[in-house]
Amino acid sequence: MISLFKRYGTLVGFIAIVAFFWFNLPDTFMTARNWLNISQQISMLAVVAFTMTFVMVMGDFDLSVGSMASLSGITAALLFSQGYPVAAGVAAALAMGILGGFFNGFLVSILGILPFVATLGTLTMFSGLAFWLSDGKTIFGRDIPKTFSGFARGGVDIELAGTLALKIPYLSILALVVLAAVWLVLEQTSFGRRLYAIGGNYEAARLAGVKVRRLRMAAFALTGFGAAIGGLMYASRVASANPTQGSGLMLDAIAAVFLGMTMSEEGEPRVLATLVGVLILGVLDNGLTQMSVDSYIREILVGAIILTAVASSSVGKFRR
Amino acid sequence: MSFLEVAHVSKSYSGAIALNDARLDIAPGEVHALMGENGAGKSTIIKILAGVTAADNMAATIDGKPVTISDAQESYRHGLRFIHQELNIVPHLSVAENIMLGLPYPRRFGALVDWSKLNAMARAALDKLQVSHIDTRIKAARLSTGDQMLMKIAATLISAGDNVARLYVMDEPTAALTGAESRKLFEVIDELKQSGASILYVSHRMNEVMEICDRVTVFRDGQTIATRNLSDTDKNEVIHLMTGRDVKDSYPPRRAAKSEDVLLETKALRTRQVRDVGFQVNRGEILGIAGLADAGQSAVLLALLGVDRVQAGHVTIHGSPIAAQNPSTAWRNHVAYIPRERRREGLMLQRRIVDNINLPHLQKLSFAAGFLSRRRERRFADALGKKVRLKSGGMNQACYQLSGGNQQKVVFARALGDAPELLLLDEPTRGVDVGAKFDIYTLIRERSAEGAAVVMTSSDLPELIGMCDRILIMREGAQHSIIETDGLSPADLLAKFYD
Repeated sequence: MISLFKRYGTLVGFIAIVAFFWFNLPDTFMTARNWLNISQQISMLAVVAFTMTFVMVMGDFDLSVGSMASLSGITAALLFSQGYPVAAGVAAALAMGILGGFFNGFLVSILGILPFVATLGTLTMFSGLAFWLSDGKTIFGRDIPKTFSGFARGGVDIELAGTLALKIPYLSILALVVLAAVWLVLEQTSFGRRLYAIGGNYEAARLAGVKVRRLRMAAFALTGFGAAIGGLMYASRVASANPTQGSGLMLDAIAAVFLGMTMSEEGEPRVLATLVGVLILGVLDNGLTQMSVDSYIREILVGAIILTAVASSSVGKFRR
Repeated sequence: MSFLEVAHVSKSYSGAIALNDARLDIAPGEVHALMGENGAGKSTIIKILAGVTAADNMAATIDGKPVTISDAQESYRHGLRFIHQELNIVPHLSVAENIMLGLPYPRRFGALVDWSKLNAMARAALDKLQVSHIDTRIKAARLSTGDQMLMKIAATLISAGDNVARLYVMDEPTAALTGAESRKLFEVIDELKQSGASILYVSHRMNEVMEICDRVTVFRDGQTIATRNLSDTDKNEVIHLMTGRDVKDSYPPRRAAKSEDVLLETKALRTRQVRDVGFQVNRGEILGIAGLADAGQSAVLLALLGVDRVQAGHVTIHGSPIAAQNPSTAWRNHVAYIPRERRREGLMLQRRIVDNINLPHLQKLSFAAGFLSRRRERRFADALGKKVRLKSGGMNQACYQLSGGNQQKVVFARALGDAPELLLLDEPTRGVDVGAKFDIYTLIRERSAEGAAVVMTSSDLPELIGMCDRILIMREGAQHSIIETDGLSPADLLAKFYD
């Protein structure tokens, strides 16, 4: 009974939150339109949190994803403003993400700096770089091509009973694609299994012939890549880029993974559980906004929910 | 009359018997040696005396009065003090503070620490031991290991209060000390003895024991074999008491003749931890590596696995220089390794058995692009589990739920997974019960008969003699000799470890 509660407490909590909003917002909350809206609102956080799962599986984490997201948006927007095509801007931003991720991996895995310190350092570096490149200004307006910003506004139309037309946003679809890809890599490939092994016992994995250093680098690169995708999605959504727009993502992404970890027996991150974590944060945000709750109160609530979930699960005990 | 007497001490850990009706008595003002092979029960009785572990059964008296030792505080109140190999020091505090740790510091104006008085108290404690060369103001980290030990002994003098220290239990105290430091320790032991305290001295070093101890108690297989005055006995008798049993029968016989085909060869090998290591191992042969604790046995295996960088000399497998610069290439070249510390270096305890077994073999269990085949994984692990006679609640069970013996079988299953040609085994039966031990010996024999070369370390001397064809003796990081095991007795082998 207790172990069941530990395992499913977070899921039960999520359902309770949904039920609460359904009851208090009977007309607007439990509608397809609102849920599609939520899915779009959380899509950027979702992508960053899903890819954050790569490093957290190994017991590491990455504080620099927020400033990497900003840097990626700035990189793309700068190239757009110089007249480069959309594809070039996007490619450069993604390359920036992979490069920055490798740099994190190098610091952690080769130089042996603790992930907290290493990524705190790169957080500051990436952020500074974004400010420097953009001259501290927001890039917007005619500099952002329509094809780029249009992506976030577009979606797949679906007809329901011939009358009610709904649009599934491209952003939500992209987040689902990333979810599927991360799930495949983590759960279905030997690469993913080795990452879990490193998290389970670094020394044992190394002595069993796992190339721990290389894999750790690769995982950080993937997390950086995900942060860059998240940054591009954000820039597309607001049709602009500024050097601080990603900064909120980092804490929320780590919180989402932690919320997910409370759902696994061994206290390990699982990407599908991370999805539940993201949904909890997204639904709270959406519901509380609709109920016009002060955003400061919202933050207090979110913090309390994370602590409650972790305290009531076994995550606190097992991880090193 | 004895100061401390414990009798009928029994203790078993989930079925494995550690102590079986053991006894020990210690006279006031004597230095009493406790000797025995690894696993004889020495550390268990120390833990029981310290109140860390509860005995299943024990009758203890102090000064003839029955007492209990139910926790560490009670042990302390009886006047028992423990000096461990791994000293609990706070490296960034001064020597004086380490000596006074846990006690109220002397104060000035009721609030501020009176540093000069603190230093004076620490100084006085060191002076009681006739130790004048340690400055109480420097950080403890700057002391040598030997001086740190003296500092800890001084701390026990001062922390006395009402509880006078009456027995010092020293577990391998000289293991990390230099010759000169050991000499100083012996002087201090003499001081303690003069003051009326007793010392229980646990050590593998025969010469030291002969030199400084008054009596010796020998443990074997959890039982007290004998207590002797050291003036009435000699080195050979003590070694015989420690090992004396006919054990040949409990090892499975060799299955096939060893071949003439040299598989592994090292020449003048040197790493960070070992030097001058040169030997050959044929297919079908089992080479043991033996020596005193930390003489470099494990480090030889680490060099072969590519964990420790080879600084000089070379290693060849099949006559070609080994590519193992890291464990990954070693495993790929059919070298398999069983680490010494199963829980720390071997297993992912929270993860499933199947994950633990398959870890180094994921490549061959995958389709293209690294996608795993669940079916192949399952079959692979099932077959290996059966092969090592693993007893578990299914391959999805988490490893921390298994007994020590079955955990070791998981590690073995992993090592045997890819038909290894060279098996490196570091203490393969450490902390394993008798039944599982025999299974493990059988597995080693099987793989050996299939043509693998095996290199294994063990501190269980009968095990080495029972399993190995030849034994390489290590002394202080260097190869000393290689001896044949035919007709070798454990006592002969043990004698080789000492000068």
